Amino acid sequence: MSARQPLPAWATNVLMPAMNVLLAFIVGGLAVAVIGENPLEAMRVLAYGAFGTGTGLGFTLHFATSFIFTGLAVAVAFHAGLFNIGGEGQAYVAGLGAIVVALWLDQTNWVFVLVGSTVAAMTLGALWAIIPGYLQAKRGSHIVITTIMFNFIASALMSYMLAQVITNPGANAETRTIAEGARLPLMAEYFDFFKYSPLNITVIFGVLALIFVYILIWRTKLGFKIRTLGANPDAARYAGISALAIIIIAMAISGALAGLMAVNEAIGVQKRLTVGYVHGFGFVGIAVAFMGRAHPVGIALAAILFGALYQGGQELAFVMPNVPSELVVVIQALVILFSGAMDEMFKPALERIFHAFRSSSGGDDSPDAKGA
Amino acid sequence: MYNDIILILDSSVRLAVPILLACLAGLYSERSGIVDIGLEGKMLGAAFAAAAVAALTGNVWYGMLAAIGVSTSMSMLHAFASINLRGNQPISGVALNFLALGATAFIGQALFRRGGSTPNLPKESRFGPIELPFAQEIGQIPVIGLLYEQLISGHSIIVYFAFIAVPITAWVLMSTRFGLRLRAVGENPTALDTAGISVFLLRYQALAITGVLCGIAGAYLSTAQGASFSENMTAGRGFIALAALIFAKWKPWNALWTCLLFGALSAAQIRLQGVEFPIIGEVPVQLIQAAPYVLTVILLAGFIGRAIPPKAVGLPYVKER
Repeated sequence: MSARQPLPAWATNVLMPAMNVLLAFIVGGLAVAVIGENPLEAMRVLAYGAFGTGTGLGFTLHFATSFIFTGLAVAVAFHAGLFNIGGEGQAYVAGLGAIVVALWLDQTNWVFVLVGSTVAAMTLGALWAIIPGYLQAKRGSHIVITTIMFNFIASALMSYMLAQVITNPGANAETRTIAEGARLPLMAEYFDFFKYSPLNITVIFGVLALIFVYILIWRTKLGFKIRTLGANPDAARYAGISALAIIIIAMAISGALAGLMAVNEAIGVQKRLTVGYVHGFGFVGIAVAFMGRAHPVGIALAAILFGALYQGGQELAFVMPNVPSELVVVIQALVILFSGAMDEMFKPALERIFHAFRSSSGGDDSPDAKGA
Repeated sequence: MYNDIILILDSSVRLAVPILLACLAGLYSERSGIVDIGLEGKMLGAAFAAAAVAALTGNVWYGMLAAIGVSTSMSMLHAFASINLRGNQPISGVALNFLALGATAFIGQALFRRGGSTPNLPKESRFGPIELPFAQEIGQIPVIGLLYEQLISGHSIIVYFAFIAVPITAWVLMSTRFGLRLRAVGENPTALDTAGISVFLLRYQALAITGVLCGIAGAYLSTAQGASFSENMTAGRGFIALAALIFAKWKPWNALWTCLLFGALSAAQIRLQGVEFPIIGEVPVQLIQAAPYVLTVILLAGFIGRAIPPKAVGLPYVKER
């Protein structure tokens, strides 16, 4: 018998991820069935809530924009072999920079607010991510642990800042609202289709970020170094790539991307900074990145799917009150589990199926020439 | 003053117990070479199971069984992903945390329709305080009396179990054959495999113990310390336990002291709210909240001592064929 042949690229990159995600939805559907509701009906309500109206679609795309930022953040770090769980904290701290600059500039106009708060958010997000990166590269403390710790430190720091330092007298633990004249334009102002939805100009940044990450990772020298370090740290060292520099740069880019979420959510929609504004979206990025296999195209699709789940889930909880909106968190967990931790579950079975198919149609066990 | 100190120590002990149990749970897992950042989720799932089953059956021991059952199943899922499928262990842990967060709220709402909480448990379906012998009488003696009556007596059975679990873990780890193998499999699984001992089985056993201990920790939260389950009631304790495990350098006695320290920090956080100190003024609660994490990061960075994890932790074991 020959050794197992590798699967064709489309099976590894499309079929297997699709099967993993499908499995997550099947388990989620079973959960709905167990509590006595019709999963297909739930799916229909969810899809209508997410895509059925312009307002719904606007909400879906708005959520998707945030998930693109946090998903890309996880993906860039992952290409460097780092699991950045700290997107939540990085986006939270970035909110501080974004709002301080936005409030400082809010007597000018929205262009300055947009540019200023974007730069500030990316800077603070990057800084908050660089520290765990440095500790990993220089001190050998595991980045998974330090980024978890930094999420909690960010949370304590921010609730202190909002309660004591940049607080708004009269309101409880939140900042002043950005002045009327300096708020970011909503898409609804240009396209009536999206009326009542929070979709704002930041969605364009989302698209740009996807393109930027694609070019960075697959079309630049830096991206090559990042991928080399992630794939084989020893080979990277032999090739003269400085692990310290690449880890810090990758974490800075990762944190800056996570920080962009602050512009979409805090500046664009809430127009102020509130306690806990990130609301777990940093963690959704983990699911989005794994489901999208750390590729911008996959991440865009996964972010829209999760945007639809968040928007449609609220509609679902409204129409079918027995199905709590936490169903979305369950599906998110299952996606992380099946696409992230158990992603090779179907591989042995698929290899057998492909092998059987090949030997029955193609004669003997000739190695697949069209390989990857 | 003395009275105050005893009361702070008493609440430190109460707050330290769930962290200590989860920390010991993590110790078995990580000493066997499996990273466990899913302690939080296992505790949360267990807390829900304990409160839900105790509410439905009226018997808190059934609740405890359910808690251990849920937590151990989650641990076995983690084992399957990390050991059999050789998946990424931190990712599996993250997934389990979210699974518990979503599923407890989802099932809780379906079962009880109280926005994810379980009904309040009456006194008889909870783990009540145990009066140690002569607590009343010894309590009359000055100084030692208060110490005995308030600090040592009057806790639930889980508290005493947690404190007994420390010497037991130390003994198992350092003085039994299982403990020796457990330590070895976390450092050098290949050596163990060469000696003809199953790496898979040993790691499964370790993760089963992790599941049981997390289950007890969860049951403590919802049926001993509290009287019901509420959404996300673990509130990061699993991560504090993880921090404590690192701070304790993966050693059982160190784990006890660290968890007591972290327990004292949470007790202080509650008591120091709004208290003005001479010179430094009011200490922000957030600073005390962040202290366990900051301390752990500083330790991890090697500025105070060095925290060296088991060598093979996080690496899937591939058996040579």
